[in-house]
Amino acid sequence: MPKDHGIGASPKRREDLRFLTGSGRYTDDINLRGQAYVHFLRSDMAHGKINGINTRMAEEMPGVIRIFTGADFEGIGGLPCGWQVTDKHGQPMQEPGHPVLAQGKVRHVGDPIAAVVAESREQARDAAEAIEVDIEELPAVIDMKAALEDGAALVHDDLTSNLCYDWGFVEENKAAVEEAFQKAAHVTTLELVNNRLIANPMEPRVAVGDYDRADDESTLYTTSQNPHVIRLLMGAFVLGIPEHKLRVVAPDVGGGFGTKIFHYAEEAFCTFAAKQINRPVKWTASRSEAFISDAHGRDHVTKIQLALDADNNFTALRTDTYANMGAYLSTFAPSVPTWLHGTLMAGNYKTPLVYVNVKAVFTNTVPVDAYRGAGRPEATFQLERVIDKAALELGVDPIALRRQNFITEFPYATPVAVEYDTGDYHATMDKLEEIADLKGFAARRAESETRGRLRGLGINCYIEACGIAPSNLVGQLGARAGLYESATVRVNATGGLVVMTGSHSHGQGHETSFPQVIAEMIGIDESMVEIVHGDTSKVPMGMGTYGSRSLAVGGSAMVRATEKIIKKAKKIAAHLMEASEADIELKDGQFSVAGTDKSVAWGDVTLAAYVPHNYPLDEIEPGLEETAFYDPANFTYPSGAYACEVEVDPATGKVTIERFSAADDFGNIINPMIVTGQVHGGIGQGIGQALLEGAVYDENGQLLSASYMDYAMPRASDVPFYTVDHSCQTPCTHNPLGVKGCGEAGAIGSPPAVVNAVVDALRSAGKDITHIDMPLSPARVWAAMNG
Amino acid sequence: MYEFEFVKPTTLADAIAALGAEEAQALGGGQTLIPTMKQRLAAPAVLVSLTGIEEMKGVSIGDGIITIGGATPHAVVAEAVAGAYPALAALAGNIGDPAVRNRGTIGGSLANNDPSACYPAAALASGATVVTSNREIAADDYFQGMFTTALEDGEIVTAVRFPVPEVASYRKFEQPASRFALVGVFVAKYPEGVRVAVTGASEEGVFRWTEAEAALSVEFSPDALEGLNVSPEGMIGDLHGTAEYRAHLVKVMTKRAVAACIG
Amino acid sequence: MTEVTMTVNGKLMRGEVEGRTLLVSFLRDQLGLTGTHVGCDTSQCGACVVHVDGKAVKSCTMLALEADGAEVATIEGQADADGSLNVIQQAFQDHHGLQCGFCTPGMVMSAAALLKENPKPTEDEIRHYLEGNICRCTGYHNIVKAILAASGQEAAAIAAE
Repeated sequence: MPKDHGIGASPKRREDLRFLTGSGRYTDDINLRGQAYVHFLRSDMAHGKINGINTRMAEEMPGVIRIFTGADFEGIGGLPCGWQVTDKHGQPMQEPGHPVLAQGKVRHVGDPIAAVVAESREQARDAAEAIEVDIEELPAVIDMKAALEDGAALVHDDLTSNLCYDWGFVEENKAAVEEAFQKAAHVTTLELVNNRLIANPMEPRVAVGDYDRADDESTLYTTSQNPHVIRLLMGAFVLGIPEHKLRVVAPDVGGGFGTKIFHYAEEAFCTFAAKQINRPVKWTASRSEAFISDAHGRDHVTKIQLALDADNNFTALRTDTYANMGAYLSTFAPSVPTWLHGTLMAGNYKTPLVYVNVKAVFTNTVPVDAYRGAGRPEATFQLERVIDKAALELGVDPIALRRQNFITEFPYATPVAVEYDTGDYHATMDKLEEIADLKGFAARRAESETRGRLRGLGINCYIEACGIAPSNLVGQLGARAGLYESATVRVNATGGLVVMTGSHSHGQGHETSFPQVIAEMIGIDESMVEIVHGDTSKVPMGMGTYGSRSLAVGGSAMVRATEKIIKKAKKIAAHLMEASEADIELKDGQFSVAGTDKSVAWGDVTLAAYVPHNYPLDEIEPGLEETAFYDPANFTYPSGAYACEVEVDPATGKVTIERFSAADDFGNIINPMIVTGQVHGGIGQGIGQALLEGAVYDENGQLLSASYMDYAMPRASDVPFYTVDHSCQTPCTHNPLGVKGCGEAGAIGSPPAVVNAVVDALRSAGKDITHIDMPLSPARVWAAMNG
Repeated sequence: MYEFEFVKPTTLADAIAALGAEEAQALGGGQTLIPTMKQRLAAPAVLVSLTGIEEMKGVSIGDGIITIGGATPHAVVAEAVAGAYPALAALAGNIGDPAVRNRGTIGGSLANNDPSACYPAAALASGATVVTSNREIAADDYFQGMFTTALEDGEIVTAVRFPVPEVASYRKFEQPASRFALVGVFVAKYPEGVRVAVTGASEEGVFRWTEAEAALSVEFSPDALEGLNVSPEGMIGDLHGTAEYRAHLVKVMTKRAVAACIG
Repeated sequence: MTEVTMTVNGKLMRGEVEGRTLLVSFLRDQLGLTGTHVGCDTSQCGACVVHVDGKAVKSCTMLALEADGAEVATIEGQADADGSLNVIQQAFQDHHGLQCGFCTPGMVMSAAALLKENPKPTEDEIRHYLEGNICRCTGYHNIVKAILAASGQEAAAIAAE
């Protein structure tokens, strides 16, 4: 019987009531008295020198309050980068400035040049059109390899080149890797592109800045996954506002997928301008604006090589990647192709030697940063593609080749600096073979062929590192932040609890799943627990939600705080029952004395904490509120095996996903319904990356896929029902819940399965195709077939 | 959007008068024009809504002719002609999405003549007559290239008359993002011959594939097209497909449309 | 400015709008009905779907003045009179058919329009009908399942967990 409450149950989501009735409170739903609206005049040129900006005409336009340009921000800090990567020579990365509004140059289409604050949105936009900007167009650098050639135009004149860093990992292994390749019985080489994506949460970004002159306090309402991080970055590095004078609120947020982690210029602008004009200032991105101002994702060009011995054991792996940074370093951009990518290159396999080289490159494109999976999809895609290609070349079964090379003993220290605590890759593969009905594939292929369709099967494994991460470790790796999480558990006198968590829910359902944990620990009803998040004035500190870290890190902080609560409550209970604290047991919301029939209810104890008439005041303080900060000892390592079956229409190249199965190991599971939903969503995005999505620039730096007319979002008709299983569970060994994180798995694990399946389908028709770059659009598949 | 004056006449005569104003533009269902105006790519001074003109709405069927009022939404057409002209109904019922079909109108679509729109293919393949506020225009004369028609300033598509074919089929291969036609082919067989109209593919907008028409008029089967090829020259090439790919798809979709006709 | 009058969720509403005021802006900014969302500017995402005179429309692609005199239904009017979720809303909650909630109002309104036209749609019909409603969170699985369930069909038999 599935549980009906507590850990492992799937209660209906409580947040749904407001979302289903139109009562959600998203940032754009916030309208402050007297608010003005800002419209950003953005560059329509990828690269240019600003010779002059004339705002005189525009200032006379109806409703205009004030027009800001880069000059207004000269004495103000730029947008900071939160991660410094050290290159293979031990030198820090090149780190250019990132002004709030362009200064001197524009560096990508969408770079904000000026900001018009007016009484209405349309008036602001009307006036922005009247601003005269004198820009001298400069050659744009778009292609990464061209950007690194001698004589390429410089995106940043104060840097020596367009190379942000040249990273080698593990540099000490390089020679040994080379030697292993020399000795290899077989080497498989694959060149591929991990396509540039745009996260496209359905809610475009919004920022509302407010300023209270009487208290000298600024407030920013923003569509963020991590309001405290925004408070820290914007307050300390951009605007110089101390935390106690700056409140950041991220209310209901309509999806994030990474792109709402980062600190954006518009947030700093609205906060700054609100103070300047002493009125609230609101910005709501249009979708068109989102396309050219939200950080993009992925965009790697890679050559990967796998060395095998005569028995098909993997002996070494090396990979060379060019990673696009775009025109500026977005908040966590440098970490994505390095520490979130290189450390995962061992995958699920006991390859003893791995060397990863990454060249991060500045181009005249929108900044590129984390998108669902961030680095791990890039690692998984190339690894799982090269293994499939190796299987083809060697004429062996791709599943058998993987199984032969699986890591089977844990903990396992990889050659790329991480230690997997636990896992069972054969178990997830066994489960996959069952749920995907791989035995039935041949019959399904035959049936497809009767309809003139090519059917293919693709499988792959994945491993990821979630729950980022030990602060002392990431500090050594260049993170400029700690990556703990905090929680405050406040118990009210009548026994209800409020948990203030630094994690942020923007679709993940924390308001439902977090109470399940606490209710289970205390033995009370979940309805007695309320979750508060997304407001720096209510939650002490938080690093936010990304990297599938909420439960593993934020949940662990919450558990630690609740443990402190229980410890104190037991002291009170012991006092009330005149027993020894050591003998107090808590079960089903009752404190009892072991071996006796004495008990007091949870509510009696909490009431005593606030009405301490009969209370051990000499030992403990009244009240029942505890805070914990949890800094994880390691990453968590979810893993799994995915299978995709496609049909290809050989006449048109159109691919349809016929079946998709996922067997994941997320360790312990708090709410299976939510976990399943997370996997579904990840798979949907992974299928999107594999078949549909691609941000495309022309050679002049114009974004061709600049709206939903040209950027193909997955629709309901593009995907099938998925078969998802997470019954394989090897609990994480180092966090109190034994959980691993499930938010990104689907997006990480699915693209290679899709591409492997398409390649398999085309090969079934005798086409000698080993790879097609994503997205596998009908045109590309057809071209590959008819190449 | 730029500000404009909005008028919503209830008679055709008032609409014609309103469109006489400087920089006036007609507004059908607005499913293309409003997004265009939101991008500030169109700036009419006066916007004349045609949605309040009852005489321009509705479908009548008789004597082998279907007459569709210019302000009739796609969803209404899809339902009204399902029995009389199933291929046209299927086309109308598959434009955009349900919400778009509840607003978008046949007159608006034909007046705009988007090179990837569906209706132009139906009108051209059916040899339809475009009835305007001034005159009647044969489809063969009406479509004059991408976003270009025979319409003059202020002229309104009041109705479209479709002769009902013996059999017809429309096959749309969707552009993955917009879901407009990357290539759409409408094949209609009439006693006097077969007409094949192609949308989405050409830089000149909707066109008739005359070689296919000739071959199909002799033998109405997919095999009749076997020896034909469409030249990629003049075909649209963009990030969703090269000119060669579109040219190829024209043939594939035509064959499939014919196959569907003979079912 | 022109006066506009419409019945929204059964209540007569008036306002002053410009010609360029979109229906969605009127609903959100003037009536405070912020349940209807704007997710794109090319009429594709469907977060803004409402019903006008019983038909699903994209309120970001319709002028407020075009709805003058019309009956408009938004997500705020979908729950039953006692405040409990209607069948579709309940099915979305029961089957976890929403995550961030941003596309949800449009999804629910589109689903309502679908079930009005076609009370027992197939899986394919549902997926096709949702052509103009984009969800980035759910991978659509549970949305389709919820709509099947709302139509009284055994979703579990069609959709595996």
